[in-house]
Amino acid sequence: MPRIEPAVVPLTEPYWEATRNEVLTAQRCGACDRFVWYPRERCPNCLSADLVWTDLSGEGTIYTFNVMRKPGNPMMADEIPYLIALVDLDEGIRVTTNIVGAEPESVACGQRVTVDWGVELEDGRRLPTFRPA
Amino acid sequence: MANSLRGAAAIVGAVDAVSPTGSLDRTVEQLEVDMIAAALDDSGLTIDDVDCVMSNNGMMASLDLAERLGVQGRFTDSTMTGGSSFEVFVEHAAAAIAAGLCETAVIVYAATPRAGNNPFAGGGPARDPGSPMFQWDLPYGAGLPAAGYSLAAQRHMYQYGTTSEQLAQIAVSFREWASMNPNAFKQDPITIDDVLASPLVAEPLHKLDCCLVTDGAGALVVTSAERARDLAKPAAYVLGAGTAHSHGMSVSQMPDVTTTAYSVCGPQAMNMAGISHDDVDVVELYDSFTITAMMTLEDLGFCAKGEGGDFVADGRLGPGGALPTNTNGGGLSYTHPGMYGMFILVEAVRQLRGECGDRQVSDVDIALANGCGGLLSCTSTIVLGTEATL
Repeated sequence: MPRIEPAVVPLTEPYWEATRNEVLTAQRCGACDRFVWYPRERCPNCLSADLVWTDLSGEGTIYTFNVMRKPGNPMMADEIPYLIALVDLDEGIRVTTNIVGAEPESVACGQRVTVDWGVELEDGRRLPTFRPA
Repeated sequence: MANSLRGAAAIVGAVDAVSPTGSLDRTVEQLEVDMIAAALDDSGLTIDDVDCVMSNNGMMASLDLAERLGVQGRFTDSTMTGGSSFEVFVEHAAAAIAAGLCETAVIVYAATPRAGNNPFAGGGPARDPGSPMFQWDLPYGAGLPAAGYSLAAQRHMYQYGTTSEQLAQIAVSFREWASMNPNAFKQDPITIDDVLASPLVAEPLHKLDCCLVTDGAGALVVTSAERARDLAKPAAYVLGAGTAHSHGMSVSQMPDVTTTAYSVCGPQAMNMAGISHDDVDVVELYDSFTITAMMTLEDLGFCAKGEGGDFVADGRLGPGGALPTNTNGGGLSYTHPGMYGMFILVEAVRQLRGECGDRQVSDVDIALANGCGGLLSCTSTIVLGTEATL
């Protein structure tokens, strides 16, 4: 499945490297204890620079989703219909992702999902998606 | 100091150029200077009166445009907040005029996406590879504006029981207005069934829930209330203004996808103007999608959060309804070149002046103009009123 592949920069390198081992991570603030998404230079809650990469459970709940009937970019043309979702991870952060391994009609807000590592990028990084738990 | 802006400035020139074909056979640069010349003619002022130029078409946009116009400004603004930029420009112009920083500002917008140069295609300005949206949303195929708005629509349906039929009614009501506007791109009446039968783009949104892609251009002249009183045509006085934003371009960062920042800027603008909802004669709002319009009405307080579906269901937004809204046909039926906020203000001024022909709402003294830019990111509300409301 071809994808837009963001460049790896020093800020995001720990995240992308962990995906090679199918481990989902996010920064956690040492000052206010909150998890942070997406990767930041400083905590968006308290502006502390004490952000530590921390493993996540990979479990969450669908906050909302759609069914893309028209591709969001040309390289996704062969994938339609596909599902985009905002998933609330159990650690308290919300991420944009795809829901895989489910018929569109069976997906609902509030549904429990778990991380899926089936999407591999050209350079061996993986793009975390989610499937029904 | 909350009321220092009220009545200090007015929109005295307001023009736009659209075409029922959707295409304008002029370059963006030509349209920009043509619109400014036409808006100045409309106002009765001249280019020599202009001491401020506002545009966000490119890096240092307002400086380059002023140079082309031969204007050496003493206040300037190139703010880019997407579709709400023009409401933000009016707010900034009114504030600058109230503070004595300038006296007459021109604000312009032109875009020709039908000619193939659509700056918003495939995700728009956020395609900067370093942007959060590019890194964390676009890999999931979210590069279509409808992708983000459908996420809001789905959650609104889940949380409040909103239906596709209720969203469709908004498109139907705005089309009723467009059928009385000879310049509208889409003028043929539609039904709720037509909307539901149109192709799904990003479920739950159908094609007819989505705004148009058309060429369009417009310009405004804003000046001090003192100057406005001497001009031939009626002025639209800025009675209140407010701008607020909840996130940038990454939809995962919107705290509640069913609530926009209109819940902040709407009350601010209306309090500044000293008006209540019953005082509003006409609403012009940003209908990038039907869901955008519904959440806007809720967040402005015309109905409670979650009750937008029932609120619009009786057709009250359309001609003859209790709350005339998007009287030009809106971004859904009139025009939408990418940043619709200019046309919201132009129509609000025309309704206040009584220039709208068949679609003119009777006795308009207060018009609410509401821009929304980014991905439900930055909202801006301007309250405009006739001289009688000062």
